[in-house]
Amino acid sequence: MSESVSDTPPLPETSQTEAELAETGAGFATAVEHAAPFVGRPAAAPANVVGRRPRRGDFVYYGLRNKKLVVGVSLEILFIALALIGPFLAKYPPNALVGPGLSHPNHTFWLGTTNLGQDVFSQVVSGLRMSYLVGLLGAVCASIVGMALGFIAGWRGGIIDEIIQLFTNVLVMLPALVLLIVVGAYLQNRTIFFEGVFIGLTTWPWVARAVRAQTFSLRSREFVDMAKLSGKRPLSIIAKEIAPNMASYLFLVIILLFGSSMLLAASYDFLGIGPTNLVSLGSMMNNANQNAALFFHLWWWFIPPGVLLTGMVAALLVANVGLDEVFNPKLREQ
Amino acid sequence: MRRFLSRKLITYVVAFFIGVTMDWGIPRLMPGDPIQSMLSKFSLQSASYTAQYNAFAAEFGTNLPLWQQYVNYWKGLFTGNLGLSVWAPPAHVTTLIFQALPYTLALLIPAITLSYIVGNRLGAAAARRQWLDNSVLPLGYILQAVPYPFLALLVPYLFGIVWKIFPISHAYNPGLLPAWNWTFVASLLDHWFLPFLTLFLVSLGGWAIGMRNLVIYELENDSSRYMRALGANEGVVRRYAYRNASLPQLSGLALALGVVVGGNVVTEIAFQYPGLGTLIFNAAANNDYFLLQGIFIFIVIGVLVANFVIDLVYITVDPRTRLSMQGSTA
Repeated sequence: MSESVSDTPPLPETSQTEAELAETGAGFATAVEHAAPFVGRPAAAPANVVGRRPRRGDFVYYGLRNKKLVVGVSLEILFIALALIGPFLAKYPPNALVGPGLSHPNHTFWLGTTNLGQDVFSQVVSGLRMSYLVGLLGAVCASIVGMALGFIAGWRGGIIDEIIQLFTNVLVMLPALVLLIVVGAYLQNRTIFFEGVFIGLTTWPWVARAVRAQTFSLRSREFVDMAKLSGKRPLSIIAKEIAPNMASYLFLVIILLFGSSMLLAASYDFLGIGPTNLVSLGSMMNNANQNAALFFHLWWWFIPPGVLLTGMVAALLVANVGLDEVFNPKLREQ
Repeated sequence: MRRFLSRKLITYVVAFFIGVTMDWGIPRLMPGDPIQSMLSKFSLQSASYTAQYNAFAAEFGTNLPLWQQYVNYWKGLFTGNLGLSVWAPPAHVTTLIFQALPYTLALLIPAITLSYIVGNRLGAAAARRQWLDNSVLPLGYILQAVPYPFLALLVPYLFGIVWKIFPISHAYNPGLLPAWNWTFVASLLDHWFLPFLTLFLVSLGGWAIGMRNLVIYELENDSSRYMRALGANEGVVRRYAYRNASLPQLSGLALALGVVVGGNVVTEIAFQYPGLGTLIFNAAANNDYFLLQGIFIFIVIGVLVANFVIDLVYITVDPRTRLSMQGSTA
């Protein structure tokens, strides 16, 4: 029953018109790209429902009853567990030459070997960890920058808002991947930290847009006026009055950003502009491609990393829709 | 409308300015000296090295003060002089770009428009129709979650290697000479299909899910309820819901462009398709900094122009922007 109502776009505040919606909520929500693909899709949430504060127990109760959330989270836990205990299961270092080249999956090499005789399973496990790491780095970076700028723009308004919006819109337009190709041509040694930060610094506009729109609609509420009258400082108003009211929405945005960072990193690694000398899911696909894995039917080389990453991101997406229904009472009722 | 357009234009001008400045600045800020790395390919004696270095520095104008270089860069840009390629000398950077451009456009334009149209239709049809929703929704999520490079390997693997329906690399059969005859055009189309399909599929899921959610939202809107109360049949209500829902989708399209261009690079490289993506990649691999700069700024201009076109479409579709009634902007 709740199936069909999942992630309904935002119920606009009275002042929001369609054009503005397009700018902030819904359009943003549907900006479907590869990079920041579904960032912002959680549009449902600007719940902004100010009223009885939901008890934590409520979320747990509805969360456990929500099939999507349970399935998505369990899958994700499975993947994370694999990433954590993987090194104990994997018998070899990811880059070690341990067996005959190009052997089919068998009981020694669960997912076969590469052309050089590296164990594909060990590589996949290592790549999994790297994907989570880069996703985390990207999401954290983007959240910090995006939230800071979003709060400032939404709270201050006026010319500062205009300037921040301008830069946000400009950054959204610049093709990040092409930029990284150019930068990568000059930086010969790139670390995974660099990749994560680069992703964060090119995807923060999605967070900033969401935070700005929410702050903007919240700051004229009575409870914010009340806090102002009582002499609270802006920083503490933002932290105590505004941020909690968009926390669930923000959480959804960040989850999606986490997923899209992993996907972006895969693209970068596939092109060889990611971290140098690092085994990741993307670099595995790159190696497979460069060694004509398609032509020689070496499916075990590129299908496992691809399927795994798809699974990791899809589980996040499904969990995200579930969370959306849990946080948003409007979706829950149905 | 004037307000809408002028705001957009300011954004474009600033974006262009930032793009050009980045393009100019990156080679100069990054560690490493392009000329040095270029010359390191030849093993030169120190005296001839210095001579060569100075000659190149004079040729490229890197011995001038920075502000002068910056001004020269802008001048070059407006006169269409992006320099010579080092990798494929003595070709002009602009010549190389214009050779590759048709291939990129042939992939991007149909892939973007078709996936947008089909995705929207699919999503609108799925909204509030349980049986269709149950298939479109999971498929949409999987398509959204699939990493780009994986699709660019899986599609050619299935269609090209396993089922042997389409060729999987190059833009036409390398044994043919480019000519406007049927054999060649057939070969072009044959080679075009799989990269197109990859690009098409990768954004399809997102449009479908986005549209589905928006139409559901619109169908529960007061305006839809009012129409139903007046006795309009469901088809009419849906048609209006679809039209309203396409506005945010359209601005989503503009936002998606920068990323689709990135995806296009991945596709072109996976398929060895001779478009701008492959060209910029080769430029980077061969330290051809002028070519790299030229393509980057060219892609930026392309994205800005496409954005502007979408704005114009938006104005014609949404009467409120025409009447400049788009609410408070702040």
